[in-house]
Amino acid sequence: MGFEDIKALLINKFGEGIIVGEDITGLQPALIISPERIAEVCLELRDNEKTWFDQLSCLSGVDYGIEENMFGVVYHLASIPYKTQLTLKVRKYHDRSRDELPSFPTVSSVWKTADWHEREAYDLLGIGFEGHPDLRRILLPDDWEGYPLRKDYKVQEYYHGIKVD
Amino acid sequence: MNSIKPTRYEQLIAGATSTEMILNIGPQHPSTHGVLRLEVITDGEIVREVIPHVGYLHRCFEKHAENLTYQQTIPFVDRMDYLASMNNSHAWVMGVERMLGIDKDIPKRIEYIRVLVCELNRIGSHLIALGTYGIDIGAFTPFLWCFRDREHIMNMLEWASGSRMLYNYIWVGGLFYDLPVGFEERCSEFVNYFKPKMVELNELLTGNQIFVSRTANVGILPLDVAINYGCSGPMLRASGLKWDLRRVDEYSVYPEIEFDIPTGKGEMGTIGDCWDRFKVRIDEIGQSVRIIEQCLERLQKDLKRTPDFDPRAKLPKKIIPKSQDFYIRAESPRGELGYYFITDGKTEIPKRVKARAPSFHNLSVLSEISRGILIADLIAIIGSVDIVLGELDR
Repeated sequence: MGFEDIKALLINKFGEGIIVGEDITGLQPALIISPERIAEVCLELRDNEKTWFDQLSCLSGVDYGIEENMFGVVYHLASIPYKTQLTLKVRKYHDRSRDELPSFPTVSSVWKTADWHEREAYDLLGIGFEGHPDLRRILLPDDWEGYPLRKDYKVQEYYHGIKVD
Repeated sequence: MNSIKPTRYEQLIAGATSTEMILNIGPQHPSTHGVLRLEVITDGEIVREVIPHVGYLHRCFEKHAENLTYQQTIPFVDRMDYLASMNNSHAWVMGVERMLGIDKDIPKRIEYIRVLVCELNRIGSHLIALGTYGIDIGAFTPFLWCFRDREHIMNMLEWASGSRMLYNYIWVGGLFYDLPVGFEERCSEFVNYFKPKMVELNELLTGNQIFVSRTANVGILPLDVAINYGCSGPMLRASGLKWDLRRVDEYSVYPEIEFDIPTGKGEMGTIGDCWDRFKVRIDEIGQSVRIIEQCLERLQKDLKRTPDFDPRAKLPKKIIPKSQDFYIRAESPRGELGYYFITDGKTEIPKRVKARAPSFHNLSVLSEISRGILIADLIAIIGSVDIVLGELDR
């Protein structure tokens, strides 16, 4: 199934509003999905006989920069039977306040792979995932302050009395 | 987001009964090649739950990449999976070349040299996996034999690149150097030396009754679970799926080369057990030797070294891909190695890089396949995953 077919399939199933945009400038076209419904879309793409995206290759959290104040998650799907790939994206505006994280629905119920990847995105970028069963830091210590991959990240001066440089 | 609802981890720890014990394996356990801590909830010798804690080696690869140009990042890529540096830099370089649109202009000789060194590195990596797996099970000889043979590969790659483990040899648009004079001959010598050794190595463990008893029917990973957890490489192939990105994506000159994809057959037990994972790696070494032979033949016949051949001729002056995001995947010894780039088209520095490390996915399945087993089997399972922690935490 080609890119356009998948687009048609999703619009057919979820309605016009499901795709909020697309990135077709590069070598790999990507669909920007309405953030609230990403888990449903993923489940459909995994289970539909025509697409069969049974593997989640990669899940990356992205901070799109200080001017835009935009956070997003990029999903790279792979279909083993059809040998195809697909990129999905979700984006959300967020003002970078500490109290509330930009958050998206978890897809860890669709692919178990997403469990650790979402924890990583939470750890390094401070992106929350609603419904994630085990959202803890994965690479950094539990009491680390801040999210290192955010563009406005300032490293803490001391960590347990140890100077951080 | 920061609600008080306990996570699954907290529930597991709090839910341990009085007959159960929480045991820490690691951070430095001989069977984990790197620093890994496993929190194990045990009932006697039975493993109830395994909770891996990673992140001890976390050296912020993605943070570093925010400040370095594409070319400057190559040495950092090598440091992720220090047992297969060539494969790492090959994947990285391929991604950048494809973004620049110069991947079709790379001379054939360079492509063949790349494949040659990558496959040598793959053998080296698998030899470590197999040798140390012997140690995990309790056999010492395979370790010595594997390291002895790997040393030849290390010496050859050191000769080519000037470095023992972190090569920085494959560059965007070419290579750092051409192969040293006489490399092809020495490599052929190595292949001839290595082939009988491989047979010996195979005899040593594959049919060994103690080894089979320790690994067959242990840690069975069903195919659907493997796919759902994103497992790749030997881990996925041992579960019975013929899935090799060298064939699926047909990158570099792999389409011109003949080789088979070994899969787990369950000869000694069930498909997808530890023995299968071991056997797939043994078979893959054989296939890599086949690839190396074909590369050497091409390099010595129609892609001969010429005095005016410059491996850096295609090196772009400035690496500024146009604004886009791109995901490249390649087959490293441990499985699908992916890089996700976001470039803004203005600077040589990528805006965001994410590395998809195969060990990360392969290890995440650990708690799934090790419920209700014995502690000793847990060690057998970890060894069969062939994790490199430097890559796992990146």
